[in-house]
Amino acid sequence: MIVLENVSKSYTSGAPALNSINLTIEKGEFVFIVGSSGSGKSTLIKLLLKELEPTSGKIYINGRYLNKINKRKLPLLRRDIGVIFQDFRLLQDRNVFDNVAFAQKVVEVPNKLIRGKVLSMLSMVGLLEKYKSFPSEMSGGEQQRVAIARALVNNPAILLCDEPTGNLDPENSWEIMKILEEANRRGTTVVVVTHNHDIVEKMRKRVIKMDSGNIVEDAEKGGYLYED
Amino acid sequence: MKIRSWGYNIKQGVANIFRNRLFSLASIATMTACLFLFGVMFAIVINFNHIVKQTQKDICVTVFFEQDITEEKRNSIADLITAREEVSYIHYTSPEEAWANYKDEYFKDYEDLALGFADDNPLANSASYEIYLSDIAMQDELVEYLKKVDGIRTVNSSESTTKNLLEITSIVGYISIAIVIILIAVSIFLISNTVSIGITVRRDEISIMKLMGATDIFVKTPFFVEGITIGLIGAIIPLVIVYFVYDYAIEYMLSQFSIFTGGFSFVEISTVFNMLVPTVLAIGLGIGVIGSAITLKKHINI
Repeated sequence: MIVLENVSKSYTSGAPALNSINLTIEKGEFVFIVGSSGSGKSTLIKLLLKELEPTSGKIYINGRYLNKINKRKLPLLRRDIGVIFQDFRLLQDRNVFDNVAFAQKVVEVPNKLIRGKVLSMLSMVGLLEKYKSFPSEMSGGEQQRVAIARALVNNPAILLCDEPTGNLDPENSWEIMKILEEANRRGTTVVVVTHNHDIVEKMRKRVIKMDSGNIVEDAEKGGYLYED
Repeated sequence: MKIRSWGYNIKQGVANIFRNRLFSLASIATMTACLFLFGVMFAIVINFNHIVKQTQKDICVTVFFEQDITEEKRNSIADLITAREEVSYIHYTSPEEAWANYKDEYFKDYEDLALGFADDNPLANSASYEIYLSDIAMQDELVEYLKKVDGIRTVNSSESTTKNLLEITSIVGYISIAIVIILIAVSIFLISNTVSIGITVRRDEISIMKLMGATDIFVKTPFFVEGITIGLIGAIIPLVIVYFVYDYAIEYMLSQFSIFTGGFSFVEISTVFNMLVPTVLAIGLGIGVIGSAITLKKHINI
């Protein structure tokens, strides 16, 4: 599903952000990527979204060789990848329904199919009754659930989550993780970049630890791998 | 992009105009000013050319012949002149006709003085051809030619009138072009700025669209719609203004400047608009497309 072969990324200034990374994530896996700030986690996410190009090495997603994907075909790749962020990135001037429907509009799903799909996704994240609410009227946890609904509504094969619980209290964090687990149970490959010890410890999923641009540990059903 | 997405993107483009209403208004106002001036210049130039054409009908080159020229020789000169491309037609004025015209003009109120000449024609040596040109710009060339023709004594031409008319026409044309180019550049800059502000305001939305797999054209279309709509609104408003102002302006000119009452006619608004409407709409559209394209190329990279 996701394969990185000797992938390095250097910015013009400073040390390499990624240093000859090799990584394989199979279809249907649930993976945590942990590591301190500057360890290369965000660079890895950006490379998978092709927001950045690797300095060297090869990246494959769903069998597609990312390095060779041109600008015209890039949208098709991104339709296979849902993404959520720590700061939710919802459109403040649109209500919950329109925020989720937006994802379908931009990939040009026929209007008649959008309503049913959006409502079913809102039901999955437990926000059906709030479909008319605006982001400013919702808690952080609720906003992140809307963001998840938006990321999943186009049925992506992969869901990338960049610090999804970074702005949430423990209770809401757990709600989010339950939803991500449900998405994974339905077949979506989930990759979560996080600092949240508790969640990583208790979820007992595969954990990849990064440090200074290197993968330093990769454990099946591991706990939080790095020590404070 | 699929057909069903056009409606959505057109709505988004129009919504952008309202979101950045101040900048949109500034762009529309500048475009209106620019294209209104263009319309005015266009109307002036078209009318000026019309007047020049009317005037040049009355401008002629007059040639007088050598003394004792034979009729045969005079006719052969007439053939040479009429064969020339720039000559529209010629008119022969005999000495008798010349004297009669002179008397009509200068001795109208003093017939006694004219009688003093009795049968003596003081203009006996003034037979002439009046040569009317199809294009007054060719006058100098014709005069040079005529001076070399055997049998012609003098060539008279209204050089200053011709030159003035030609110079004024070209000056008005050049000034119009310069002003319009400057205003078009300003309009493109302003539309580009407006679209760029629209992009800044919607930066989050654009980045989400891109991450979700929106195509390049899907992301850019609303901004093109925004630029084109501003361009077209900025083209239609001045056309409407010119339409309503044109007749008033002509009435005003006729009432204020006596020169225009001397047999001049102005071009009908319908004739002006036949050319002005497609030109102004094309410029408005072009400014909208170019203004948006410049900004999109700079700010949106999928």
